[in-house]
Amino acid sequence: MDDRPDKKKSNQQKKSSSSSSSSGVSRRDFLKISGVSAAVPLVSEVSALALADEVKELGPGKVPVTLSVNGKKLNAQLEPRVTLLDALRDKFELTGAKRVCDRGTCGACTVLMDDKPVYSCSVLAIDAQGREITTIESLGEPGKLHPIQQAFVDHDAQQCGFCTPGFVMATKAFLDRNPNPTLEEIKHGLGGNFCRCGTYAGMREAVMQAAKTTKGA
Amino acid sequence: MADETAKYDWPAANERTLIGKRVSRVDGPLKSSGRAKYTYDVHRPGMLYGSVVRCPYAHAKVTAVDTSAAEKMPGVAAVHVIQGPGSEIHWAGDDVVVVAAVDEPSASDAARAVKVEYQPLPHFVDDFTQPKNVPEEHGPLDQEDFITMLRNDVPDPQIVSALQTRGITFKPEKRLLDRLRENEVSESVISAVQSAPVKPAEEKPAAHYRKEAEQTKGDPEKGFKEAEVVSEGVYGCPVITHCCLESHGSIAEWPDSEHLFSHISTQNVSGLAGQFAQGLKIPAGNVHVHQDHIGGGFGSKFGVDRWGVYTAEVSRKAGGKPVRYMLERAPELEVAGCRPSAHARVKVGAKKDGTLLAWESESWGTGGPGGGGPPPMPYVLEIPNQRKQHVAVLTNIGPARAWRAPNHPQGCLITMSALDDLAAKLNMDPVELLLKNLSITQRADVYREELGIASGLMDWKKNWHPRGQGGSRVTKRGLGVAIHTWGGRGHESNCALTIHPDGSVDIKMGSQDLGTGTRTAILMVAGDTLGLPIDKIQLYIGDNQYPPDGGSGGSTTIGGVSSSTRRAAVNARDQLLAKVAPALNAKPEELEIVNGAVRVKSAPTRSLLWKDACARLGTQPIQAMGKNPGPGDLISSGVGGAVMADVSVDTETGIVKMNKMACVQDCGLIINLKTAESQVYGAMIMGIATTLYEEKVMDQTTGTMLNPNMDFYRLAGIGDVGELKVHMMTGKGYDERGPIGLGEPPTVGPMAAISNAVANAIGVRVPFMPITPDRVIAALNPNEGGSHASV
Repeated sequence: MDDRPDKKKSNQQKKSSSSSSSSGVSRRDFLKISGVSAAVPLVSEVSALALADEVKELGPGKVPVTLSVNGKKLNAQLEPRVTLLDALRDKFELTGAKRVCDRGTCGACTVLMDDKPVYSCSVLAIDAQGREITTIESLGEPGKLHPIQQAFVDHDAQQCGFCTPGFVMATKAFLDRNPNPTLEEIKHGLGGNFCRCGTYAGMREAVMQAAKTTKGA
Repeated sequence: MADETAKYDWPAANERTLIGKRVSRVDGPLKSSGRAKYTYDVHRPGMLYGSVVRCPYAHAKVTAVDTSAAEKMPGVAAVHVIQGPGSEIHWAGDDVVVVAAVDEPSASDAARAVKVEYQPLPHFVDDFTQPKNVPEEHGPLDQEDFITMLRNDVPDPQIVSALQTRGITFKPEKRLLDRLRENEVSESVISAVQSAPVKPAEEKPAAHYRKEAEQTKGDPEKGFKEAEVVSEGVYGCPVITHCCLESHGSIAEWPDSEHLFSHISTQNVSGLAGQFAQGLKIPAGNVHVHQDHIGGGFGSKFGVDRWGVYTAEVSRKAGGKPVRYMLERAPELEVAGCRPSAHARVKVGAKKDGTLLAWESESWGTGGPGGGGPPPMPYVLEIPNQRKQHVAVLTNIGPARAWRAPNHPQGCLITMSALDDLAAKLNMDPVELLLKNLSITQRADVYREELGIASGLMDWKKNWHPRGQGGSRVTKRGLGVAIHTWGGRGHESNCALTIHPDGSVDIKMGSQDLGTGTRTAILMVAGDTLGLPIDKIQLYIGDNQYPPDGGSGGSTTIGGVSSSTRRAAVNARDQLLAKVAPALNAKPEELEIVNGAVRVKSAPTRSLLWKDACARLGTQPIQAMGKNPGPGDLISSGVGGAVMADVSVDTETGIVKMNKMACVQDCGLIINLKTAESQVYGAMIMGIATTLYEEKVMDQTTGTMLNPNMDFYRLAGIGDVGELKVHMMTGKGYDERGPIGLGEPPTVGPMAAISNAVANAIGVRVPFMPITPDRVIAALNPNEGGSHASV
């Protein structure tokens, strides 16, 4: 509850409106931070290379790309401008990650890169080389669902289901970092994904259940 | 014959094994594991990718198209001009040229190499300003004028009078008359169009406004004279877009030069062949449509659309190779979804005790170039004396599409806001005002019960306070209420159910599951009827080679598929029992199927396992059909529903926070309580997004949409929705009505309830949706001149 007094009566007692929320970093904030921190070493690496060596230029034509996805090495000839998402979907037929906003807003394309959630629409396939990519396909399948996927079924946390794989991956990354979340932390932790059908009521329950059932998993 | 139809009745409550229970959706595991294949996910061998050149102007004429450079580019398989020189474009983002190439980068490079020249024309995208001095239209009506009047639900007497006095410029041919009858146009209108004087066409003045409807009921002047309190206000909501997460689009291919195979994202699997056939000049029987899963439609995916046809055209040009074209996010928001706006200046009068006496409204809104019809007002409450006028605003915003409960959320917002303002003026609890006037609704008892339950869920009596008395804190809390309605009778549906001699059962239907749980509901009805668990039945839907089924819109699917499936399953069951009866030494009517065994009702030990019973069929399977409509009265139409919202508004920042919302909803006999509740939760959350965030923001200067992306076209996130409570009405008074559709009704009330809660919290009305912080601040500081504070 917000307990601020009216500004006319007591201005000096005012508190920031965000102070009442939990201290956790939201997933979208987290992605911004991780995006920056991922980019920084890359840039410094490139500039370091530039001092000593020629910069390796890729493209504009197709270049050989090797991705490590769900523990398998996958090879393709791709233009450097192709995103990780499009490579997964169109080249390797891993269509669990969805293309929706295509600009890093909605989270439907969420995959894990070295166990961190990324919007795969905003990562170039060539930049994903040498990283371990985990997609929804590796978590479980009908008959052998991952506890998170089972929780989404049990609580009907999906309607059309187009956003679901992204939410499941976001939940996986969130629970890996925060295995005992409160409801408030769930609201923050999954704030980087959107659902259009409106399945958040079931989703909150699903994440709570998954937090219990994934213990030790 | 009474017996004949009674056998199709729904099982009695104590005999239902599945119907009314909570069952997890059967395609849930496929979806949550990423294995469900949506149209966007389909990969066909040798598939090409489409890219489209779109018009940057809101209104323009195409003067030249040069595709020569694009055609020569590497990887390009075909280029097809959709709108060539001379075409007039009526909204920005409209499709002009499509390119198919081996991959997406090549296709988009080629699209960029197409040169199109335009002659820009004046555009108009302002639907916010109230139309003034709208000229009366005169001169004879052309066929389009006439059809538009019908489409916009202009009252019959007004259409008849216009036909008689203004005349028509076209000959009403048999084809048109047949079409009118098919669409249930009244005979008075049909005979008026036949007898209307035919006159030569007159040049029409270009106008942005068209007077659409003018209606008077009772004696409004007398009503307002008798009123002891009159409240006036202006209210409205903007054009919003469907924003389906899976965009519109398809994969087209030609197995031979005469046959089209289309994977398409659609709410209308069985209804597309004819539309394709018309656009492509091939017989409808040569069109195969398939879809396993759809990533959202909400009313926007009933047609093949221009892009469905040109994707097929460019595939044909590419030698029939599969071509995928799914709309990019920007065009998805610009051209593929649009719920009409509605604004109104309202006056409502009542006695001191709250009895409603008179209503007057001047409303306007746009559904794009066609204008759009009036929302139903006053909504739900038939106030005895009314005067209403609606002006359609013709804009270059893009064409309107059906959006869950077309026109109802707008009518509900305007009406419930006006009544809430009246209640505040009367110093009356708005729930009391509604209860006081329930006799002028269609279902007083239902609303009374629902308002009572909702009040309990929200602890309304304890938490509600008179308007503006939200305390001395910066953050003020408030409560709001709305009631709503919808029809929702089942559409036409055909179910083919087969029992095989090996005991397997399959069902084929040309329906689709929008995420509403249609698959699960069909299986529950069949399983309940055949005494089998749902995993023993194989269900095939999503293909137009299965028996035809209606489009999923207007909350008609559950009524359609549940009743056709019930009839098919009863028919199949009875055929099976007839075959098995001799073996059990009983008459067929003495048998029942319970828990996978056929047994004698009076002597349950005399039984056969399902598998053994089916083996008695010999080599021939049983196939039974079930239709809707059909024998027996299985479904109904017409529901109520009540929504209450509890919000906190920060009066310094203008931010509205949802604390809690409750929806109490009836929908007759519920097949699957679990997915039914999900529908209502989803509707409430969509309502929160439309009330607080969604608006198709148009740039007056360029006529283009300023926020065609998901950063600035905001949906609600998991942290934005507050606590949600759903209560479904079940049992006596509801179950015996049979299933009634649920997709629309709970989407209607939330916008009005939240808007009223905000007014209750801050003491003033925020007149226009979405209730963004700037509008809250402007409403609180009317003298500081925010543009959206008032018209």
